[in-house]
Amino acid sequence: MKIGIVLRPALIVLLLALVLRPAWFAPVFAPLAPANGPVIYERASLLSLSLSHLGLVAAATAAATLVAVTLAILVTRPSGAAFRPLSRTIANMGQTFPPVAVLALAVPVLGFGSGPTLVALFLYGLLPIFENAITALSTLPPATMEAARGIGLNRWQKLMRVELPLALPVILTGIRLSVVIALGTATIGSTVAARTLGEVIIAGLLTNNTAYVLQGGLIVGLFAVLIYDALVQLEAHLARRVGG
Amino acid sequence: MIEIDRITKTYDGVHAVDSVTMTVETGTITIIVGTSGSGKTTLLRMINRLEEPSSGEVRINGESTLATKPHLLRRRIGYAIQGHGLFPHHSVARNIGAVPELLNWPKDKISARVDELLTLFSMDPVAFRDRYPAELSGGQQQRVGVARALASRPDLLLMDEPFGALDPIIRSRAQDDLRRIQQRLGSTIMLVTHDMDEAIRLGDRVAVMDGGKLVQYATPAEIISQPATGFVADMVGDVERPLRLLSLIPVSEVVEDGAAEGGALPAGASLRDALAACLWTGRTAVPVAHDDAVVGRVTLDAIRARAELHA
Amino acid sequence: MTVAANRIVAGEGVTVLALAGAEVTLPGLVAILVGLTLGLPGAWPQLRLVGAIVGLAGLLWLLTHGASALLDGAGDYARVSPAVGFWCLLLIFMLLMADALANLAPGPLARGTLLAAVLAAAGIILWSGALSELSILQEYASRKAAFANAALRHLALALGSLATAAAVGFPLGILCHRRADLRETTLPVLSFLQTIPSLAMFGLMIPILGWVGNTLPGAQAIGIAGIGFAPAFLALVLYSLLPVVGNTVAGLASAPPAALEAARGMGMTPRQRLLRVELPLGLPVILTGVRIVLVQNIGLAVIAGLIGGGGFGTFVFQGLNQTAADLILLGALPTVALALVSAIVMDILVDLTRPTPKGGA
Repeated sequence: MKIGIVLRPALIVLLLALVLRPAWFAPVFAPLAPANGPVIYERASLLSLSLSHLGLVAAATAAATLVAVTLAILVTRPSGAAFRPLSRTIANMGQTFPPVAVLALAVPVLGFGSGPTLVALFLYGLLPIFENAITALSTLPPATMEAARGIGLNRWQKLMRVELPLALPVILTGIRLSVVIALGTATIGSTVAARTLGEVIIAGLLTNNTAYVLQGGLIVGLFAVLIYDALVQLEAHLARRVGG
Repeated sequence: MIEIDRITKTYDGVHAVDSVTMTVETGTITIIVGTSGSGKTTLLRMINRLEEPSSGEVRINGESTLATKPHLLRRRIGYAIQGHGLFPHHSVARNIGAVPELLNWPKDKISARVDELLTLFSMDPVAFRDRYPAELSGGQQQRVGVARALASRPDLLLMDEPFGALDPIIRSRAQDDLRRIQQRLGSTIMLVTHDMDEAIRLGDRVAVMDGGKLVQYATPAEIISQPATGFVADMVGDVERPLRLLSLIPVSEVVEDGAAEGGALPAGASLRDALAACLWTGRTAVPVAHDDAVVGRVTLDAIRARAELHA
Repeated sequence: MTVAANRIVAGEGVTVLALAGAEVTLPGLVAILVGLTLGLPGAWPQLRLVGAIVGLAGLLWLLTHGASALLDGAGDYARVSPAVGFWCLLLIFMLLMADALANLAPGPLARGTLLAAVLAAAGIILWSGALSELSILQEYASRKAAFANAALRHLALALGSLATAAAVGFPLGILCHRRADLRETTLPVLSFLQTIPSLAMFGLMIPILGWVGNTLPGAQAIGIAGIGFAPAFLALVLYSLLPVVGNTVAGLASAPPAALEAARGMGMTPRQRLLRVELPLGLPVILTGVRIVLVQNIGLAVIAGLIGGGGFGTFVFQGLNQTAADLILLGALPTVALALVSAIVMDILVDLTRPTPKGGA
């Protein structure tokens, strides 16, 4: 943890500098760029690409969370129990679909642009959240549930005041997995013309410009690692509060 | 003969076991009893060197345990623990044969030994040999655990709360079984428990541990009638002392001629059983039978007189 | 169904009824309806299985007969491909089948036989040429050699990186299991690696390996270079390490503490404890890690197509560039099939290595 105290702010500063003041890094990347080629990506502002990238991920994850948690709540109620095996089968099969394949398969149906990326991110993001939400909601301590009934909470109150708060850390783990996958898949989204940071890497790959590749790779990598770390911290904090 | 000689275990400057010296005779059951944190388990685990003593030594039949490599030493000493510790992926036969397998016994000798032990523990070898631990009841798992510990005919059997996970009825059956098998095989057993009832019921000798020290090492009757410290008295329970004492004395010691009404007690029953029978049915005497033939009676007065000997 | 004049322009839709004469469409439609009626009410899994199979047969019937009927009289470059309705029905029937099988819970051997039967059926259907008029197979026919090449490359990437990761990961996992300090430093580093988005990881490998290839004498000779197979391979190995090491540690730690204490107490050496108790008990968890890696690598290997690493990704990205949906499918469908098959095979293996009979009290 001690390393984290130094490393975390350093990485954040590095990321901000890479996104906001890319020109500063020109000397660093210059040896990697082809002779006379551009060193720093200038076809679009890195800030707007970052925002668009994060926006896509946020929108897809928010939608996926809403749908997945709702579904998980429904199939863990007694009335929805019949659908539980089927939903698990779907989730298990879905998990074996590679994210890139989901993205590629969405293109013939939805065409190019942000649309298929959003759909692919949403569909793929559903699974980890759904899986974790079901696990969390079906493994709550029976004594607590009995006590919640005993003090006279109705079903809605029980769900809102006891089940969801207790399940939150585990659901959050699912969201974290989903976000990490979405960040990666969104990068690939650039191949179907979504506006994301993948654009920088792919431009580099197409023009043999390693400087672009490294620049884009560093920014995406840093975003992923920092967001992952932030969510881990949040989970740990919540888990402590729940008393796990 | 097991000689424990000024053995000490220190963790971070705290004596978990503090210079304990005791001698265990071959062919007896010795119970080490104490509260949690008294050092009783550490003492036991130093005998097969699962814990290395900080100082002092243990000699088995005169030979120091420090002279052998730990894992070779342990193959000569049986070890049974709470929650049985059976290998879930091995059949009952392979579990029991584990130590002989380590000792490279030939296959047919191992399987003969497995069947012999299963029979000894009243489990049909044909029915149980190929089952897995998960397919056994708690009591059966525990018996297989003890059978495994006895498989290689060890010099000594160490047991750490072996009956801790069993419910009271199965536990008392397991205790009877252990006593019976120990007498049959003549094994030397050292058993750790926190349960004074178990200690008094099973032990030839009882060692009471408190704060890492051995505070009393004596026969059950002595422990009850002359507790060495307040702690031992507390463990025995002052109020129940007379009853515990009566439970150690068989009715055959005070049986007298004469007749009595009602159902008879077997000669092996304790005075505590006789007292309970009197109080429960409102009699002043109960008949005593030996092999279905009434040999005399035990009276309430005789029980009272026997109890007062120690008061 | 859609018909298109050639493979680039968007096709126009043709409904089932307009496909061909009633004598062709009717049996297929009936089969699909029967399949749905049998499959959707969920009372008996056996019935649902039968329904799914009947429905799939109906779909196949329509596909083969419809395609040839539509191509009659169309131009040489005409392409036929199934449309959304087909894919949805296909998905529904596959799900019904999977659900029925999950409910029936056949043993590992039964599942293996079933998988082999399904694969054989699929192989026969493809081999027989009944579907060869579909556009995706036309696409295949025009690049048979490249497809075989890509398939081999894809497998080499996925399995080779798995083997390498296993060779490194198992010993590392065993070491991590033994030593808490190593575990506490290794696992966070590995999960950090796992977090880096795949494209970025592949991208970052390029300059690193490019540098290695240019500076180390002999490195280039064995194929280490910035572009191509090597960076893709290395990236996949790095991704594989966390599941392999993490599951090895978790698997070894899954042995009940009492059993380990007993093993120590009866005089097993550390090596005997590992081989006789910890490994056999941890094997299912360890193999689950291998399953995760295999499925994950088959998917990620697609991205290798972007950096010239070969594999099915080549078709996907070519298809995306040319907006040729059939080419995308030619890359994506085998990948999905490969991932599904390997997931099922690994599940069977995991079940077979379960140390105790299931369902014991």
